[in-house]
Amino acid sequence: MNIVVCIKQVPDTTEIKINPETGTLIRDGVPSIMNPDDKGGLEMALMLKDTCNAHVTVITMGPPQAESILREAFAMGVDRAILLTDRRFAGADTLATSHALAGALRTLDFDLIITGRQAIDGDTAQVGPQMAEHLQLPQISYVAGLTCNDSNLLTVKKETEEGYQILEVELPCLLTVLATANKARYMSVQGIMESFDKEMEIWDADKIEVDKEKLGLKGSPTRVKKSFTKAQKGAGEVFEVDAEEAVGIIISKLKEKFIIK
Amino acid sequence: MDKTAYKNVFVFIEQREGIIQSVALELLGKAQDLAQALNEKVVALFAGSGIAAEAQSLIEYGADEIIVMDSPELKYYLTEPYTQALSQAITQFKPGIVLFGATTIGRDLGPRLSARLNTGLTADCTRLEISEEGELMMTRPAFGGNLMATILCSDHRPQMSTVRPGVMQKRERETGRKGSIIPFAAQFDTSKFKVRLIENVKEDKGKVDITEAKILVSGGRGVGSKDNFDKLARLAETLNAQLSASRAVVDSGLVDHDRQVGQTGKTVRPDLYFAFGISGAIQHLAGMEESEFIVAVNKDKYAPIFSVCDLGIVGDVNKIVPLLTERLQP
Amino acid sequence: MDFSLTKQEELFLQMIREFAEKEVKPLAAAVDEDERFPLETVKKMSKIGLLGIPVPKACGGQGGTNQIYSMAVEELSRVCGTTGVIMSAHTSLCMAPILENGTEEQKQKYLPNLASGNWIGAFGLTEPNAGTDAGMQQTTAVDAGDKWLLNGSKIFITNAGYAHVYIVMAMTDKSLGTKGISAFIIEKGMPGFSIGKKEKKMGIRGSSTCELIFENCEVPKENLLGKEGKGFAIAMKTLDGGRIGIAAQALGIAQGAIDETVKYTKERKQFGKPVASFQNTQFQMADLETKVQAARLLVRSAAYKKDHNLPYSADAAMAKLFAAETAMEVTIKAVQFHGGYGYTREYAVERMMRDAKITEIYEGTSEVQRMVIAGKLFR
Repeated sequence: MNIVVCIKQVPDTTEIKINPETGTLIRDGVPSIMNPDDKGGLEMALMLKDTCNAHVTVITMGPPQAESILREAFAMGVDRAILLTDRRFAGADTLATSHALAGALRTLDFDLIITGRQAIDGDTAQVGPQMAEHLQLPQISYVAGLTCNDSNLLTVKKETEEGYQILEVELPCLLTVLATANKARYMSVQGIMESFDKEMEIWDADKIEVDKEKLGLKGSPTRVKKSFTKAQKGAGEVFEVDAEEAVGIIISKLKEKFIIK
Repeated sequence: MDKTAYKNVFVFIEQREGIIQSVALELLGKAQDLAQALNEKVVALFAGSGIAAEAQSLIEYGADEIIVMDSPELKYYLTEPYTQALSQAITQFKPGIVLFGATTIGRDLGPRLSARLNTGLTADCTRLEISEEGELMMTRPAFGGNLMATILCSDHRPQMSTVRPGVMQKRERETGRKGSIIPFAAQFDTSKFKVRLIENVKEDKGKVDITEAKILVSGGRGVGSKDNFDKLARLAETLNAQLSASRAVVDSGLVDHDRQVGQTGKTVRPDLYFAFGISGAIQHLAGMEESEFIVAVNKDKYAPIFSVCDLGIVGDVNKIVPLLTERLQP
Repeated sequence: MDFSLTKQEELFLQMIREFAEKEVKPLAAAVDEDERFPLETVKKMSKIGLLGIPVPKACGGQGGTNQIYSMAVEELSRVCGTTGVIMSAHTSLCMAPILENGTEEQKQKYLPNLASGNWIGAFGLTEPNAGTDAGMQQTTAVDAGDKWLLNGSKIFITNAGYAHVYIVMAMTDKSLGTKGISAFIIEKGMPGFSIGKKEKKMGIRGSSTCELIFENCEVPKENLLGKEGKGFAIAMKTLDGGRIGIAAQALGIAQGAIDETVKYTKERKQFGKPVASFQNTQFQMADLETKVQAARLLVRSAAYKKDHNLPYSADAAMAKLFAAETAMEVTIKAVQFHGGYGYTREYAVERMMRDAKITEIYEGTSEVQRMVIAGKLFR
């Protein structure tokens, strides 16, 4: 089985802080990491490599420094890594991104495409399903687990708000996987030692099968008009009193606001 | 493209086993504001099997027209049949705007449709407005809630967005409200149906929906031990409220993930939100700052929670909670 | 001279930090409190190759460097001193002497199992009457024709009980003094070999420290490590390497105490402002941070020399001396910055202070390190 896993390098958003004076994001020193849901998807692929001898390719679209997550993927055990990088991809929204990745996938052999459910920098969860549509593949999102029954059928566990669903899907297909689906393996020491000796393929827009009009900013139907940090709401009254008095204040305030009787 | 051909605000009505989900009603409420600003109509896109009887309630919650797609293929949500039905309806009726709930269904269907219809989609919006030019301004959090972005889809139609449940407010039901029902028979290409539902499992034991609570008693790291959380639970019981918690507490295993408020948990907007021992990291504030009235108790007077609360107490949570519980006893 | 990390080292640091944070740190307090050997962590470490870093691939290892190995000990010790020493004793004191002195057969028999983490390794030199004066070995090995017979005991042996392979020094000819000491590879289960009492320690309480007892212990002839009479030289060379590991452990503990103190003093407020904003805090912490970075450079330089087959004995001694004393100073001050809380087990610095002390003692006390350094100086 040939599996292609789409991964993304993202800033670790839990490390981002806001400068209280200027109200702008402090992005200096924020580490770049492999997106957590993508890592869950990569682990799922590597488990299939362990159990069914699958061949695993990872692909990422991003600036040249996104190489580091491909090295990480090599150190975790993938067979092949491709970096899609080209200025013509820049400024892409989810639809244009999905066209670029789908264009790259058209040139690859695959039975299964895995993406993360969503990336922590945008949290959109859109690129996976959009790619599936471009490639005319069935999709299952929010995947928490799978079993490979025969060569052509997967049984997939999908998380829902209420619990989960068990679904059966024909290959080839596309799955978007949750970080919580499994615990991703660590890079092995030997994998790290060898990962820089492996060949990483660098592809530009000419290497993929896609209508170039659909790429980058010009292929993006949505535009960011403005971005801003949230306005802090005005602080209310703060009291520094003993417990007895504090309880009295809370109760009278809630009565005054008719929240309690 | 001729943008003027695209009119009206469409809402995808999410139903599960025939039950209309609350997010759909919230979207109908918001759609009314948008339609009013545009001087257009609110249209519900209602897909399912054996659902016709429910249509009237949608009118009473604010839909002017309902496109009913009633077909056995649409009994359960599956990506392909729903995408076929919805894309045909949208192609025929040409809405200016389509809204979906940002649920596991809306976030599966929305992007698939956007790719099929070759239009934009903005995910997880928390604010929707109409600009002076009559465009939909879709505002959403990014970078883990640290940044808000307002997004436009100027040259493609329809303008589509998924909207976080619990953010918009549904209208009071207006019984007897009038509207029209338009049946729509989608044509299915079943050769494309490659996914089969084997089992739908509900794990509702102990599951609670804190987004529905009127009052939330929320605890953070400052509450400390399991014993102290039991005290919070007693206060919640006294107030007929639900218990919720910050991420730190959920991570430590003291409280279930279902009850987590914040960027990676739920967005809540209860009438009353108690923040006990919650310092107020930005990720937490993102999930609760829209609450009507916020009471914060924290021993650290510099805690950021005090900058968003309506009433703040600098003090010891574990003294105040039992005392408050006692005083509130009926 | 290049002080930057290689790409492999950067990637390795990313991995080991995540591993330490997620797998090791959450257990550190309990492992200390319960004096429990963290076997589950050792299994996880072996799975990703952490127990065979500086062993060539041909011997079943990971083909990594001593630099990377010392970074691993540092990062693990930063969150848990116990885990750091388990790895250090296994790698530097057991695998290294086999790799450096073993026959091809010995390497093939022991290294793949040790490097994969199937087996844990240990080292036995110290005896009740042979501590710093290691030449005073009482344990004897007698040539009994087809085997060696060992008698005596070893004390304070790290990993004892959990280890499968022990490198043990014994007198084969008392008349020759230190030149009469030989090294043996002892396996768990050899007749006459048993584990004695377990020590109750001040720090690194999760590591297993026990006595080894040999009562007519039968050791196959082929388990002599190196030539007869070379045991003392092997032990001294092994300890040279081991000191890089312990220096890295001390460095990690010091760094961990700095991390905890920075975090705490930023959160903790007194007189209406964070303790970190007081100049006393800032100046003292600046001094400590400088010492920690100096210790790090000493450790890096010693590991570099070992990797490049340059003489490193004095470098390792300096690294261990300075890192250990820095760890002690930093942890004592870290507890002070934490005030009353620092004296309780609610905060990690209490454990770190107890863990730091041993780094000034084992694998050569600070006094021994000074002897080694002075020995080179006044040669």
